Amino acid sequence: MKNLIYVDNNATTRVDDKVMEAMLPFFTELYGNPSSMYPFALCSKAPIDKAREQVAKFINAERSDEIIFTGCGTESDNMAILGALKAKPDKKHFITSSVEHQAIHILNHSLEKMGYRVSRISVNEEGLLNLDELRNEICDDTALISLMWSNNETGVIFPIEEAAAIAAEKGIPFHTDAVQAAGKVEIDVQKTGVDLLSISGHKIHAPKGVGALYVKRGTRLRPFLIGGHQEHGRRAGTENVPGIVGFGKACELAGEFIEDEVNRVGALRDKLESEILKRIPDTSIVGSREFRTPNTTNIIFKYVEGEAILLMMADEGICASSGSACTSGSPEPSHVLSAMKVPIGVAHSAIRFSLSRYNTDEDVEFIINHLPPVIERLREMSPLGSNRR
Amino acid sequence: MWEYSDKVFEYFKNPKNMGEIENPDGRAEVGSESCGDLMLLTLRIDKATDTIKDVKFKTFGCASAIASASVLTELAIGKTIDEALKITNNDIIRELGGLPNAKIHCSVMGQEAIEAAVNNYRGIETVIHEHEEGTVICNCFGITDKTIEKAVREHNITTVDEITRYTKAGGACQSCHLDIQDIIDKLNNE
Ligand code: FES
Repeated sequence: MKNLIYVDNNATTRVDDKVMEAMLPFFTELYGNPSSMYPFALCSKAPIDKAREQVAKFINAERSDEIIFTGCGTESDNMAILGALKAKPDKKHFITSSVEHQAIHILNHSLEKMGYRVSRISVNEEGLLNLDELRNEICDDTALISLMWSNNETGVIFPIEEAAAIAAEKGIPFHTDAVQAAGKVEIDVQKTGVDLLSISGHKIHAPKGVGALYVKRGTRLRPFLIGGHQEHGRRAGTENVPGIVGFGKACELAGEFIEDEVNRVGALRDKLESEILKRIPDTSIVGSREFRTPNTTNIIFKYVEGEAILLMMADEGICASSGSACTSGSPEPSHVLSAMKVPIGVAHSAIRFSLSRYNTDEDVEFIINHLPPVIERLREMSPLGSNRR
Repeated sequence: MWEYSDKVFEYFKNPKNMGEIENPDGRAEVGSESCGDLMLLTLRIDKATDTIKDVKFKTFGCASAIASASVLTELAIGKTIDEALKITNNDIIRELGGLPNAKIHCSVMGQEAIEAAVNNYRGIETVIHEHEEGTVICNCFGITDKTIEKAVREHNITTVDEITRYTKAGGACQSCHLDIQDIIDKLNNE
């Protein structure tokens, strides 16, 4: 395969070598089931406790038993929302935003079928949350509020501390999907005052198949997966020991790398973005530039369709993503961009670049040199644009 | 990621007959920017023989939309307009070595474009069923539940086959057949 320029880190990330190293013994040597009754099993139990400490430290949880390991970010989100709603069976109102990840966006449909009323707080054209609307939507029937920390498609950051304070004032539990924020902005559950928080391993250089849910002590939550007594009886299922160990290590590293992320990766993103805007006409950025994770940029290339851009870029070895999978000609691009009132036609032309600590200056140079001809070529093929008759 | 055939990739990267004919004899624009697929087709026609001398396309859309348009132009060049009207989306799919189910609508757009461009040459206006009301049931042809319901009522339809004959819905990838059957059953039970 030719040189790979991977700028799709909001989709998934490369496993860090140190993470890999930490995990390896738990596949072939220390493979015991932590629940078993012999010393060999203990060899895989203690590392889980260590990982729990590492995750707790990463998000500044008060106690490590506030961390529950799960199978992925989606499971954490589902568990938080369904578990918290089930804990309050008399309340039937759920508040979230209009730009959440599928794990919540699609779950909302199920909740509505189950008889819940779902309020989706709107965002403005910059993707910023309407806090007044949040205040107004809260009522006696509200069981839970869930708002993402930062958006997967645009990187836009919500004011979680303020939102959590509004929830706390009314005594409503507050969940945040921090899957895209972890490792990119500082996460402090005590300072922000959230009750529930989801994170995922593979977005921060741990492997796929492991996530975590932070549950503040005292938060009422019914279990989601039912079965064994694992995770203090809160999440049944044999622990993914290697994954959990890797996740712990990744959290430790993410804590160390956060400065690099903000400064170096942020500077790379800024360069990529400004050079693209400078070199390619009819381009624009989606979302607030002020409140945004440092690694993400979402750019509209007018008159050309996202998938076509991705495939042409892939031919050059560049891996990015488009907000909308053009599925079956359904005229619905990303619900995120729609909520931000990006015109539907234009939303088909949005491309997301998301960087990580593995990206270099050379990567950015490569993209800004190879992208302009790709766009130019596709625009030649397009009936839209300046050459339209 | 879609599993495109090598041919789709080839036509996408090196499309044939891309561009726009000046003062064309036939011209059509199908699809829409908001659907993420828009195709402009222009024809040069020898009026004495009604033969298509040249075709050019421009497409805003995904790889399969561009490839479908390109293949269409090759299929149409040299044909009389009557022959060209017989080009179906299945011909386009065959030339492309297959299309993923979710992309069959791209080939349908090709068929619609040649129809509309020939109609334009003949001075006939094409009614494009764009943005019908209701929710789309058949993605391949962009047919909504409303259209299907109307057909069921008007023609006392009981099978998916009949729906396909009347509305085209269900005529390509077939993934909508269960949904169409649901609509038929619902109305017939009323
Ligand atoms: S969706 Fe493919 S034939 Fe209807």
